[in-house]
This record gives sequence, C-alpha cells and structure tokens, in this order.
Amino acid sequence: MRRGRFLASAGTGIALLTLAVLLCVTGGRHHVAVAADEPSASDKPTFGDTFVQASIGDITGLIPNITTDGPSHAVGGLIYDGLVQTDKDLNWIPSMAESWQFSKDCLTLTFKLRKDVKWHDGKPFTAEDVHFTYKAMMNPKTPTAYRDDFELVKDVQVLDPNTVRILYSQPYAKALGSWGTAMLPRHLLAKYVEEGKLREAPQNTTSPIGTGPYKFQEWKSGEKVVLVANKDYYVQSRPYLGRIVYRIIPSQATIFLELKAKGVDMADLTAIQYARQTDYAAFKQDFNKYRYSANRYTYFGFNLKDPRFADKRVRQAFAYAINKPELIEGVVMGLAREATGPYRPGTWAYTDKVKRYPYDPAKAKQLLAAAGWTDKNGDGILRNKEGQPFNFTIRTNQGNEERKKLAELIQQRLKEIGVQTDIQTIEWAAFLKEYIKQKRFDAIILGWGTGIDPDQYPIWHSSQTGPDQLNQISYANPEVDALLEKGRTTCTQKDRVPIYHRIQEILAEDQPLIFLYFNDALPAVSSRVRGIKPEPSGISYNFIDWFVPKALQRYTSG
Amino acid sequence: MALFALRRLVLAIPLLIGITFISFIVIQLAPGGPFDYIRGEESGQDAKLVERLNKEYGLDQPVYVQYGRWLARIVKLDFGRSFQPDAKPVLTKIGERLPITLFLNLIQMIIIVGLAIPIGVASATRQYSLFDKVITVFVFIGFATPDFWLALLLMILFGVQLDWLPISGLRSLNYEYMSFWRQQIDFMSHLILPVTVVTFGGLAGLSRYMRQSMLEVVRQDYVQTARAKGLPEPVVIGKHALRNALLPVVTILGLSLPGLIGGSVIIESIFAIPGMGQLMVQSVFSRDYPVIMGNLVIVATLTLLANLFADLAYGLVDPRIRFSRRRGRRR
Repeated sequence: MRRGRFLASAGTGIALLTLAVLLCVTGGRHHVAVAADEPSASDKPTFGDTFVQASIGDITGLIPNITTDGPSHAVGGLIYDGLVQTDKDLNWIPSMAESWQFSKDCLTLTFKLRKDVKWHDGKPFTAEDVHFTYKAMMNPKTPTAYRDDFELVKDVQVLDPNTVRILYSQPYAKALGSWGTAMLPRHLLAKYVEEGKLREAPQNTTSPIGTGPYKFQEWKSGEKVVLVANKDYYVQSRPYLGRIVYRIIPSQATIFLELKAKGVDMADLTAIQYARQTDYAAFKQDFNKYRYSANRYTYFGFNLKDPRFADKRVRQAFAYAINKPELIEGVVMGLAREATGPYRPGTWAYTDKVKRYPYDPAKAKQLLAAAGWTDKNGDGILRNKEGQPFNFTIRTNQGNEERKKLAELIQQRLKEIGVQTDIQTIEWAAFLKEYIKQKRFDAIILGWGTGIDPDQYPIWHSSQTGPDQLNQISYANPEVDALLEKGRTTCTQKDRVPIYHRIQEILAEDQPLIFLYFNDALPAVSSRVRGIKPEPSGISYNFIDWFVPKALQRYTSG
Repeated sequence: MALFALRRLVLAIPLLIGITFISFIVIQLAPGGPFDYIRGEESGQDAKLVERLNKEYGLDQPVYVQYGRWLARIVKLDFGRSFQPDAKPVLTKIGERLPITLFLNLIQMIIIVGLAIPIGVASATRQYSLFDKVITVFVFIGFATPDFWLALLLMILFGVQLDWLPISGLRSLNYEYMSFWRQQIDFMSHLILPVTVVTFGGLAGLSRYMRQSMLEVVRQDYVQTARAKGLPEPVVIGKHALRNALLPVVTILGLSLPGLIGGSVIIESIFAIPGMGQLMVQSVFSRDYPVIMGNLVIVATLTLLANLFADLAYGLVDPRIRFSRRRGRRR
C-alpha cells in the first residue's frame, strides 16, 4: 500500500473541517451551467474532448518500472502497456501478447506477441523488447522496486520476433501477472540501462515512448501532465477521449471546489463529501458518483512478541470487544466494508466461510478471564495473577484523522471490558524508524494494500520479521508458512483457491491482527462521460472505452 | 567603501560554510532516508537496492565525509541531481519553480508597499481619528485571519458561486489556444485570489511600521520648523516628514528581499501553484537532500548579500553613516 498517499490526503484534514462547515451553508445553491445538454445525444462512441483528472500529488518520473507512487503509475499505465492486463474481474487477459501457453510442469511460459504493435515513435514492438525489459529489471543498477517479480526467471528466449519463451527455475504463481509490467523500448533505453542511468534518461522526464493508448505531450512540474490519444493504438478505434490532463492540486479541499466548479472531470471524494456534501440535485446532474471496495484494508494489530498478545485468547477477546459496524459508521460514515481477512470480498481468493467476531463484550471478558486477566477487586480494571493491570499504548501515524478516530473508539470499547489504553500518534518516518522497525510497540492501527495476486508471503511468513521486512507483528504459524510457500509455487488458479481459503480460516481463528474494514473508493466522474461500466473491482478497467458524445464535448482540441 | 564591501564579502564565506554545515547535519538528523520509498508496502521490498543506492550516493559514509564531498562539488557550482526517481538536476528543479514564486512575491510586495505606506501615513497624521481606528481594525483582521480559510471562502464565492474567477492553478486548460492578450488576462485572473489573500494578511506589518515611524518624525523639530515657515501641510508631510519616516521602512524591505524566493506552502498548496514552497516541502518529506541543500545555499547567499546591500544603501541614504576601515562596521 502507499502509505505516502494516506499521509498526503490526511495533511489537509484541518482545511477539510473548515470546508465542511462552509459547505453546509453554501452547498445547496450551486448554479447549473450546462443543464441544457442532457443525454439526447446517442450512446454511439465518438472521439474527442479533454478529460481532466485531479491528482493530489505530482508524478515522480515517467518510467513506471522505477517509480512507486500512485500518480506516476496512473500516468505510466496509459503511456505503456504490458504483455497482459486485467479485465473487470481481475483475470489476466491478452494485451500486447496475443496468447500464451504454460508447459505442463509450469516451468515454461511462451508468449505469442501481436504483430501490429508500434512504439509511439513508429518503430515496431518485438520480442527483443520483452527480453530487454527483463534484462533492465534484473540489472543490479536499475533502481526498481519490482525485481522480485522476475527473480525466479531462469532465462528469456527470443524464438522469433513475435514469440518469446520464459523459463522459470521453479513454478511461480505470479508468472503471468508479472508480464503485465510496462514494456520498455530497447532501441531508446539500452544505453541508459547499461550505464545504470535509467533515471537520467530523457524518456523518464521529457519524452517517454511506450506502446499504450496515450502518447505523452507535456509534464509541467507541479502543475499538470498532458497526454494525447495514440491514433495508431493497436486496439482498433480506441481510445475515444482525445486528451487527458492530470491537474496536480495538492489540497483535497481545492480539488473538491474545482470539481464543483467543473474545473476537473474526475476526482476521488472523501466519505463526508460522498455522503453529505455532494447530495444535491445540481451535483448529481453534473457528476456520477461511484462506490466500490478499494484494495486496501485498515487493521488493529498487535506485537506478538509481547507475552500478553502472544495468547490467542486475548486477541480473540479484543475482536469480540470491538464493534466493527460502529467503527465503520463512526469513522467513514458507513462507506467501508467489514473485513474478515486480508482479501477483498468479491475476489477469487476470498472466502466468507471463516470464524467471525460479532460484538460481544461478555464473551470477550470470558476469554480474557480464561487467559488469566480478571477483575478481582471490582475496580473495573483487569489484572493478572501478579496484580499488574492490563494497559498498553495504541500507536498510529500522525495526520490521519481516520485512524485517530478509530483509536479513540477502540479505546472506549476496550475500557468497557477493563483494559486501559493510551493513544499516541507519531510522525510517519519516526514512527517507522523508532517503533515499527525496532518492534517497540504494543498495538498499532495501520493499513495494508492488497495487490491483484493473493500471495501475501512478505506479510505473514515467519521468515519475514526482520527490521526492514513487512511481518512487523512477528506472526509465526507453521501451517500458514507451508501454505504460503505452496501458494506461490502453484501455478493454476484452481489449485490455489483452497490454499488461500485455508489461510483465511487460520488467520480468522488466530487474529494476529484484527481486520477492521476495506475502505471504499469513491470517485465522481463528469456525467458527460459515457461508457463507464462499474464493476465490483472498480471503473477504470475499461478507460479506453470511455467517451463523450459529440454534443456534450466541452473542449475542441484533441 | 569598496574595501568595506570586499571585506564583508570575504567574511561571508566562512559564514556560508557554517550555515550549510549546520543545515546539512540537521537535515540528516531527521529519521528516514531518501530511498525508503523503494521499500513500499505494496511492492516487493528490496533492501539490497536501498543499500546499493545509499552507497552509490555516499549516504553510507559519516556525515562529515558526506558534507566534505558535497562542499567540494558545490564550490564548482555543481548542485547535483535530485534523489527522486526523475533524477533531475537540482538547478533545473529550482529553475522550474523559482520564476512563478519570484513573480508572485514581487507583485505582492509592490501592492503591499503601495497600500501600506499611504495607510500608515494617513493613520499617523490622523492619529486616533475614526479613520485611524477603522483602518487599524481592518489591517489587524487581515493579520489575524488564517490565510487558508480566507482562501477557501474566496474560492467558494468567486470560483464556485459567482463563477467570476478561476479557483486554482496558473493557466486555463485552453491557454495554448488563446491570443497573446487573452493569455495575459487569463494568467492575471488566476493570480487575483492568491495575491488578494496574501496582501490582506501582509498589510498589517508594514502599515504599522509606517504609522509608527511617521508619528515619531512629525514630532521632530524640523517638522515644526517647516510648519512654522508656513508651508502647507501636504508639503510638510509629503516632503519633509515622509522622506525621513521612510528610512526604517527601507531597511525592513531590504531584509525581506531574500524572502522573495521562498514561497508560502499554504497558499501554494491551496491554489495549486507550483512554486518554491511546495518544492521545498516535498523535498523535505522525501528527504531529497540535494534539493534541500541547493535551495538553502541560494537563500543563505541571498540573505547575506541583502544584508550587505542594506548596509551599503544605508550609507548612501543616511549621511550620518560612514564606513570606517578600522572598525569595518557602521557607527
């Protein structure tokens, strides 16, 4: 997950509060400027118009293989294509590859490439570029965060200009998906990769060349990124939207005002904006709001090295003591989905057949008593045999109002079962360095992002507990370890399903951390844009099919 | 006087080294490093890569070694490259952001000076009158109003409700397709709100200085003399008093010159203006040491130069001040 983005949006918390007050007064009287052109226009796709998206952060570079932030990947995703892409159900489907085949032992993957793909400079895309991209990713001088995807590749063989064969040293579950990586042009970047200067290549700052649906036009640092439709895109007669502008607006409050004034066509809403501040006729006429589960969840986690939390009964007791619907209602106005495990409901790895923990303080007390925590003198505070009270500190990062509110609600519920807690919020970098990496914490409220693939080896495997690794809570369960190892080396989805179902069952029973909820993504898109087909996985999967009917087009360029 | 200036310039060098050395150390004290972004939670982590990059950029060395290397480059005016994935040269990054910040600050300064001086004079000459009281309340309201709040109010009124002015940014999206004059109007209309907010907030300081300075001067004997000579009041105030009252104000203005290249983070963020304030804050958050240091060097140099010029200008404006070679300081 991108913690950075969480921070960025949280920073404007104060501004938003003020705004909330203002909008209660002024929100209702929004004027309607373009009310006349209602959808008399046919739904036949047409080319043209400019689509303006608000982005809270600037991009950091134009080669997505060496950036890690959301805005850079959003822009890169339109300029570059991979061999495969995901469809609305997050299945892998052909992109620049026409087809592919796994060998029976899953150690060989052969891609047939499309013959009609051209780089934006007109040169043909071939198997040599696939080979080059692999070499670039594996070059120790390339500053990429995604080398892991190719670590198990033994060799990449170019059989002919349109056929490429990948040999793996062992079966690799994420093999196919890893080739969704942006393909890089060999004829332009070979020299820079060799010298280890990929970051300094002009393709990273001023002139990226990809094979994707949009060509790069301009990046004005801190101001905007402009893309134009690639007329020679290999998918026939796509994309429709003529020009894409990412306007960089670092303030959430300003983005919302720009949206209301129709200065931007698409922006993510906050929960309060979605539920209250956009609930008037004029806004509903100008914009369509969408709501779907985002791929990140928020959790309440424990340091399992602490003997108090090492006892499973204590963690289960806390799960019973916390009222998840109350948290969702109180913190994000009901705009989130209860989590039962680390997978988003609706994805193929998800199962709902796991142990659940409805709000039940009596049961919580019972479990704590069984674990040796009782209130003998009737002062409302649980103590162990030695008479020590049960108290600890909940820590989270500064500037995230949502997590702070969560901590307060959890604190209240734990107090009711006799557990005393303090809350501490710490600046992000210091939080990581002083507390997380050194494992100096009792309990934390943080979030995890979930990728397309269900493999979460780095988060749950007992070998991943080093200071720079992600199993920060020191979870160790031999059965989960074995399942994780099996899951990432099994290459058919059918065989992987039971593995991940079993992992969810164990995690639900163990409660190494309490899975609170999956946040909802809440984008608003200008109603003049057609072709959007919301799916549980989101709306952006068919972006190249979006269009604006001729009569409704607002900008002439493109 | 030339000797004095030279001496001051030479003395500025160790001062500059001291400033950069302390800054360098303080920046490195903040937890986290510039390449921590590579260890994202979503991406596979790659501790080895972070180590390798740290080594490549010498971040594994003790701070004094790092500083020495940095200093050796900076004397050749090599500011280095950003640690961000785009690896742009530091001077390019600053060059992208500086013009707009400089331009905005100059406009603001001119407007503030243009308004504050008449306000201060008028308040002083009508001390304790209704006008004085009203204007005092007005400038203090400006001083006390949080600028982000005022900015949002104005944006809602003029941007959303009335639709008279653009809300944020510097140019409209169809800027390239406009005629030259239309472009200038478009650009200026984007500046109205931010300039208004900053001016309103900045009026109090200078106008109060001006009022105070004027009050002192009008009590002086030579002003009484001018009046006794029978000169009309506008001449007394405008010619005899104002010139002397302006002296301290000139000093304040001189000292605020280096501030011209620093942008206001809040204003820039709210109005989405890609200026120096945003660049600096982002660089600090991402621990982009070369950019932070590059900016600091420029600001520090400008501050030292501005101080020198202010001193020299004083000597020119005020005949009582002479530069003595022996003491090297103004009396």
